[in-house]
Amino acid sequence: MQLIFEKTVRGRRAITLDPLDVPEAKLPELVSRAKTAELPELAEIDIIRHFTNLSRRNFGVDSHFYPLGSCTMKYNPKIAEVVAALPGFGQLHPHLSTSEAYWPLCQGAFELIYETEHWLAEIAGMKETCLQPIAGAHGELAGTLLIAAYHRERGESNKDTILIPDSAHGTNPASAAIAGFKVVEVPSHDDGTMRLESIKAAMNENVAGLMMTCPNTHGLFEPAVAEIADYLHQHDALLYYDGANLNAIIGKARPGDLGFDVMHYNLHKTFATPHGMGGPGSGPVGVGERLAKYLPGPRVVKRHGAFALEMPEKSIGRLSQFFGNFGMAVRALAYMKHLGRDGLCEVAENAVLNANYIWARLKDTYTPAFDLPFMHECVFTAAPQAKNGARALDIAKALLDYGFHAPTVYFPLTVKESIMIEPTETESRETLDAFCDAMIEIAKTIESDPAALADAPKTTPVGRLDEVKAARQLNCACL
Amino acid sequence: MSWSPATAAERDEMLAVIGHKTIEDLFAAVPNAFRPKSWDLPAGISEMAVRDQLGKLAAQNASGHISFLGGGAYDHYIPAAIDALTSRGEFYTAYTPYQPECAQGTLQSIYEYQSAICRLTDMEFANASLYDGGTAVFEATTMSVRLTGRSRIVIHPSLNPIYRKMLATHTAHLQLDIVEGEDPKDAACVIVQNPSFLGAVADFSKLAEKCHAAGAMLVVSFYPISLGIVKSPGEMGADICIAEGQCMGVPLAFGGPWLGVMATRKAHVRKMPGRIAAETSDAQGRRGFVLTLQAREQHIRREKAMSNICSNEALCALRALIYMSLMGKEGFRDVARHCHAKAEYLKSKLSFVKVLNEGPTFNEFAVRLPRNAEETVTAMAKCGYLAGLPLAPLGAGAETDLLIAVTERRTRADLDAFAAALEEVTCN
Repeated sequence: MQLIFEKTVRGRRAITLDPLDVPEAKLPELVSRAKTAELPELAEIDIIRHFTNLSRRNFGVDSHFYPLGSCTMKYNPKIAEVVAALPGFGQLHPHLSTSEAYWPLCQGAFELIYETEHWLAEIAGMKETCLQPIAGAHGELAGTLLIAAYHRERGESNKDTILIPDSAHGTNPASAAIAGFKVVEVPSHDDGTMRLESIKAAMNENVAGLMMTCPNTHGLFEPAVAEIADYLHQHDALLYYDGANLNAIIGKARPGDLGFDVMHYNLHKTFATPHGMGGPGSGPVGVGERLAKYLPGPRVVKRHGAFALEMPEKSIGRLSQFFGNFGMAVRALAYMKHLGRDGLCEVAENAVLNANYIWARLKDTYTPAFDLPFMHECVFTAAPQAKNGARALDIAKALLDYGFHAPTVYFPLTVKESIMIEPTETESRETLDAFCDAMIEIAKTIESDPAALADAPKTTPVGRLDEVKAARQLNCACL
Repeated sequence: MSWSPATAAERDEMLAVIGHKTIEDLFAAVPNAFRPKSWDLPAGISEMAVRDQLGKLAAQNASGHISFLGGGAYDHYIPAAIDALTSRGEFYTAYTPYQPECAQGTLQSIYEYQSAICRLTDMEFANASLYDGGTAVFEATTMSVRLTGRSRIVIHPSLNPIYRKMLATHTAHLQLDIVEGEDPKDAACVIVQNPSFLGAVADFSKLAEKCHAAGAMLVVSFYPISLGIVKSPGEMGADICIAEGQCMGVPLAFGGPWLGVMATRKAHVRKMPGRIAAETSDAQGRRGFVLTLQAREQHIRREKAMSNICSNEALCALRALIYMSLMGKEGFRDVARHCHAKAEYLKSKLSFVKVLNEGPTFNEFAVRLPRNAEETVTAMAKCGYLAGLPLAPLGAGAETDLLIAVTERRTRADLDAFAAALEEVTCN
């Protein structure tokens, strides 16, 4: 498809302003732009057509089943978009929070933050939560900075190491590194879980904490989690919960009860805020008792019947300009309020039901990567198919021709030719069946004619793209 | 209350296929001892009630005021076509383009966004977005450290005080030496902001030369709308430029989601954080787009990655691209021209206060009032105005200092009435 810049017609306009009703003013030449930026010149209809046609070259949850493991691509309720766009939220200037003089004009926003933080804290069994982190990885950074602040205040400057399982998301080690930690990888047991013995083997006096995902990225609940928490606490190390997979246990277990000291939530996964092609997300950080005083600030508190801002006693400081992605908090609160205490439990139930249904339907065709029961996602290995000449990537591409987004492939890194399927609770049985039928048909094709998959997908706007050429030419802008 | 389609009968049938009797069987791996110790949440409410409850909260916030608040976030007009396009489910319910064949809409829009940012800034490479203007300062800092191998970071007085606080939080454990000033000697970078937090427009071309002579990067935090008329970071010789992109079609939304913009020179692209889209082709020679140079990123490099960023602000970047397209070459310049002219007009009407900026400003300027600024904004709010940002709470001015921003949305009549009301409130 043509680029928007290639459609430009000199002199064409979309939005125009009213004539300037004050005298013209001119900046000194020294600080003025020499040449007007070459932005597109098009009419509104040209722009609408261009982007509408671009959108039709995308799969979204609204149009396609999107079983991306570890991404929780659930349905994004429309009411959430409507309330987030209310003028009192959508058009509210955040500097109303900067001066106390303006606080009476943003009490509703303060209350929304306060209420959302309290819902999140109760759901995960945390003492406090803070909405400032802008995305999941930013929440991880917040959490590891809190761990660092805790040890620093206790004078434990030797505590410079974070343990991270080999199955962890790549953001975990990347975030810990920014918080100044050395990262030591801990191997998973062959059954896909983390054993206390492995933690013990990696333990020394320099360990500040451990970052865990539970269920882990193998889709398995960690049976030793409470023992691991106790062991860490005995060694004055803290336990971090990567909330990417919270959807599996919401209402069934709370990280705080399991012994986790600090965590992040992904509002764009568990709490149904849209993924927006890769963002915006929102990654609130939650903490237990011992880390609350270090939280980022300022924070909304209730004082004399009104909402106000306060800096926590030993705050690590500001992590975002104001209150993180506030608009995502509005959406998440709408989601939580609609579901309520029972609906939230059903989220985990139906998510785990759907994943296990897929497992049951595919386990005789594809090889499950682990024998333990899966939670909200199931992981298969396509190693046997790869021996027949079609890799996990080929299966992923073939699925696109059946009208399904591909599962996550080649992650977790611990499983060869991994195919990680997370259906979420919002998919119907018919959709799951159609997906499983397609997977089974693809497996049959691999047995009879594996080469047939090599040029999939055929029905998408483009076929497989040349990534080597992209990196070699490095054409990243039309200038 | 649920968004799950499954009926009770379907749940039973599916359990039978799995080989279980009850839903609880699915949670056998979670022992009873691990079950929630508390679950003190209200019952679910209907969509209708959700709209009502949140509508009441929204109604408690300021609305309908005529705003002169800026300080890094601005009340620019958002054309209707932006919401119409970005509310298409194919955009906003899609995920990161990991399967490029079914994400060409996303990938081409990222490529076009990168192109538009490069054209606006006169730089060569842009990424697909960062979180916001504040975290972009942090990312530019660590990028400069990677590029130079140095650890001294020089912060120019022009930089937003909130960005400074965020930088301190993010770099608390990175052993950097962060100092104030503009001397690039032994520095990884000098970070300037244009216009400054207090609105001053400057030319940093000479500083760029000094930085390059000293082997340091010049990082320019810019205000995208100003580039309709203000000298661009590329024209000044910046190595990395960053911005808060909220002003380009992204709602204020009490602070987010917004948009972190970043662009750089070709020589530095391999050290840039964040996703980057590139053009390529398929086996039939059809043009297509993919994410490239992914070995910089956390999912490949883990703790050695250029950044921990994963989710970015793609939908806000799309809003900015559509904004730049709708305003277009002439319109984008017109917005800047109007903002500047209207701010100058307002300045001329405020003879009863002292304007603190000595040099040129774009659309924002600081004034010293004859009265406490916080008392003034309280009184002005009663007259229907958000009169500006008191500077004392940010440590950016005296108790009487106020930062006033003017956008293209303010009419001459607004400005005349505002000036009269401010005079009434502060002088009488």
